[in-house]
Parts: sequence; structure tokens; C-alpha cells
Amino acid sequence: MITLENVCKTYKVSRRDAGFSSAFKALLHRRCELIHALDNVSFTIADGEMVGYIGPNGAGKSSTIKILSGILTPEEGTCQINGLTPWKNRIEHVKNIGVVFGQRTQLWWDVPVMDSFELLKEIYRIDPAVYRRNLEELTDMLSLGELLRTPTRQLSLGQRMRCEIAASLLHDPKILFLDEPTIGLDAVSKLAVRDFILKLNAEKKTTVILTTHDMQDIEALTSRIILIGKGKILLDGVIDDIREGFESTEEGLASFYRSHDI
Amino acid sequence: MKKYIAFFRLRFSMGLQYRAAALAGMATQFFWGTMEILMFRAFYRTDPASFPMTLQATCAYVWLQQAFLALFMAWLMDHDILDSIVVGNIAYELCRPINIYNMWFSRNLANRFSRAVLRCMPILILAVLLPAPWGLMLPASPLALVLFTLTMLLGVGVTVAFCMLIYMLSFFTISPTGLCTLAVSTVEFFSGAIIPLPFLPDGIREIFELLPFASMQNVPLRIYSGDLAGSAMYRAIVLQIFWLLLLIAMGKALDALAMKKITVQGG
Repeated sequence: MITLENVCKTYKVSRRDAGFSSAFKALLHRRCELIHALDNVSFTIADGEMVGYIGPNGAGKSSTIKILSGILTPEEGTCQINGLTPWKNRIEHVKNIGVVFGQRTQLWWDVPVMDSFELLKEIYRIDPAVYRRNLEELTDMLSLGELLRTPTRQLSLGQRMRCEIAASLLHDPKILFLDEPTIGLDAVSKLAVRDFILKLNAEKKTTVILTTHDMQDIEALTSRIILIGKGKILLDGVIDDIREGFESTEEGLASFYRSHDI
Repeated sequence: MKKYIAFFRLRFSMGLQYRAAALAGMATQFFWGTMEILMFRAFYRTDPASFPMTLQATCAYVWLQQAFLALFMAWLMDHDILDSIVVGNIAYELCRPINIYNMWFSRNLANRFSRAVLRCMPILILAVLLPAPWGLMLPASPLALVLFTLTMLLGVGVTVAFCMLIYMLSFFTISPTGLCTLAVSTVEFFSGAIIPLPFLPDGIREIFELLPFASMQNVPLRIYSGDLAGSAMYRAIVLQIFWLLLLIAMGKALDALAMKKITVQGG
């Protein structure tokens, strides 16, 4: 059970115009603006739910994921995930979650993927039997096979992403955060990853929270969507709320963004 | 504890695969050691009486320093760590049920040991084969060898604990380059990496010997040849333990502060 109540997060962003003279001015006088990345965000997600968290660029999606995974401390508000506050009980909390940041890598660059997995096994203290079973399952479903013996640096983006997803699931997390997991994947891998997430949710009742710009991901995976714009929750409903009256979800979404000026 | 050992193991085996770097390193270090000894020889010839260490002890100092370079050199920072802070891959490390400070400490130890293991043997063997007084003499006594090993471990600990301060401070800056440069040159000079500390003038030397930098390579390299012995040696060991504990405490405090303030920027 995830509850987020009135969470606010502001960033200080230093801004200046381009060019030499403004760079010089900024040297003497630095202008900072406060950006409200999250503004009174509240929602509840039940166990075993699969939720799409969408919004335009810079809406606060990643900030929310970071707060939920205990990396970021908000200024205000409360958050309870299975009875723990992520940023206060970070170490206890992260044992139960898996995170995939589509833009970053958790695998060790110069060693075979398998070495990174073995390390994760120790870090999460995964029972050897459970580890072996999960590894077999993940290898099979994400067709990792030979990839496991390849150094991370020699994998393509899509191959790496499949390994990243596997790495996040070795310890049977109760909650999985996916931050743009299908970025850069080819059609086959994308479908494989989607099938995999569906099956994971159905079989292990893993709660999945997914941010993405790919509406097909959302359509294939989630019934519930939470839409955020300029740090505020604008919609908490189902995909049909957006698609209604439009040819595709994409168009519906674009029109929604435009009408809300986000 | 087991997970930190796992970190050590992975970083260690990773370090072992950079073979070309090890070969190049060995050649450089052997050459560097030779040059340094030739320089000391010139000084020694001018006036052996004002030479603060025996030539043999100095040569042992230089060879051990070159053989175990990877253990003590401050410039050997783990760039993966600095990059992960700058680029933001640290986000993943924060998602692990693990203490960042301890994890990086074990990674650094492993990084240094794996490099040292790959390089030390050929240099040590070559140095032992050189004729006296230019080569590496046998340890002054069996006790000196034991204490050399012990203080070497303490010295690596102090070095890593100091580097940890740099990693932790780079949480608070946009780029860690400046900090690293500053720290590296400070350590080089004050630790006796350029000139052994006994060569420094009286008055300054006594102060330098109290600083944490003197607790790095200075102690083990001088114990080996018997240059540092008796009560001065025990005082130096106590000082090493003191600095190790203090630096770790400082690093942990910075770690706690950084974890509270940290912001991982961008997608």
C-alpha cells in the first residue's frame, strides 16, 4: 500500500541568458528561481495494482519516483509505503522495492552482467534457491542467455535494458518502479518486456508503477493512470478518460496537455 | 559484512582484468624508482653525514613505495564513484539496502589492493636482485616485517578514509575536479610521496609527522628498514589508529549530511 499525501518538492534552478556578458553578470550576481516540481501531490496505490504515471516533460514524474524510492526528501507532506517512510527508513524500505531508471545503469560497466547479478544477490541477501529460480525465470522470459556472460559495455541499449529489468527483480520486490523502461527497445523486446511485466503482476502480485511517454505501454499494461502536470495531479482515472472522442490515446493526451496548458 | 566483501570481490576481480595498465604501470614505477634513487645517490655523495636516513633505508623506501604505489597514492581515486555522483547513477546505489560510505570504502580498498597485487611482485623481485645498497634490503627484523604489514594496512585505511572525504564532499559541488587536484597535491607533499619526511627540515618535520598524511605511507615504509623504530614507532602506530578513526568518523558525518541534502537531477 502506497499513500502519498500533500507532497511538495521545490528545486532551486539557476538561470541566465546565453552569451558572454550574461555569463559575466551571473558571476557577480546569481539568479535562482524556485521551481515547484511537486505541488501538493497525493494519491493512494493498493497492493498488486498496476499504475501508469504520465505527464509531459518536466512534470515531476521522476521526482515522484525518486521520492517513492527514498532517494529524494520532499519539503512537505507524508509518504507511507507498507508502513515505512522512504526517506527516513531508506535502507529498510529499499529491500522491498525494485527500480529501473531507463536513463541510467546499475550494471558494472567492465564486467559481465552475471557479476553484477551476483553482487546484487549478496547485497539483498537473496536466498540461493530463490536467486537461482528467479535468475532462470528472468533469463528465460527476457531471453538473456548469452548476454549474461557479456560485459555491460558491449551490450546494445535494448539488451542492456532487459538486463537492467532483470537486475531489479532478482530479490522479489513487492513494488516495482519503472521509469521509462521501454526507452530504446526494438519492437520484439518491447513486447517481451510488456508481457513480462503483465505476467509478473499477475503471478507475483507485484505492484508496478510505470512512467513512460509511450502510450502503447500504458494501453497494454495499465488500467489506471495518474496524470501529472506542472507538479499537480490533474487526473486520476482510467485510460478511456483521455482517449474518449479521439482517434488515438496520443492525440487525446496531446489535447489534454494543451487544454491544461502544461 | 558479507555484502561488503562481495563488493570487494567484484571490484578486485574487475581490477585484475586491466592487464595493459598493469604492465605499463610496472615499467613506469621501475623507471621512476631508478631515477629517484639516482637522485638520492647524488645527494648522498655530496655529504653522507647530513643524510637523515641511510642510503640503504632510502632505497628500500623508494622500492617499496613504487611496488605498493597503488595502495597509497591519493590520485588513485575511483573515478566510477566520482562519475556516479556527477552523472547521477548514484540514484541506483541509493536504492540498495546498503550504507553508501561502507560500500565505497570496501570498493576503494579492493581497487587499491587489486592494482597492488598485479604490480608489486615483479618490482619487488627486481629490486631485491639489485646489489646493495641500491636494491631492496631484507627487513630489519622479523618484527619489523610484521609491523610493516600491520602499519601498511593501517596506512591504506587512512588513505582510503581520506579519499572518502573527497567523495563525500563532491556531493556538495558541481564538479569534483578542483577538490581532487587540491587533495592530491596536498597528500603527495605531506605524506612523503615526493621526498621521505625525514628529509624535511627540523621544526617543520615534527609538525608534518603529526598530520594524517604522515600516517599513510610514511610509517610502514620506514618501519621496514628499521629507520622508524622504538618508541617513535609505537607513537606513529597509535597516531595512525587515531587518524583512521577520526577520518572515518568525519566521513560518516559527511555521509549522513549528504544523504539528507542529496538531489539527483534529471530524468
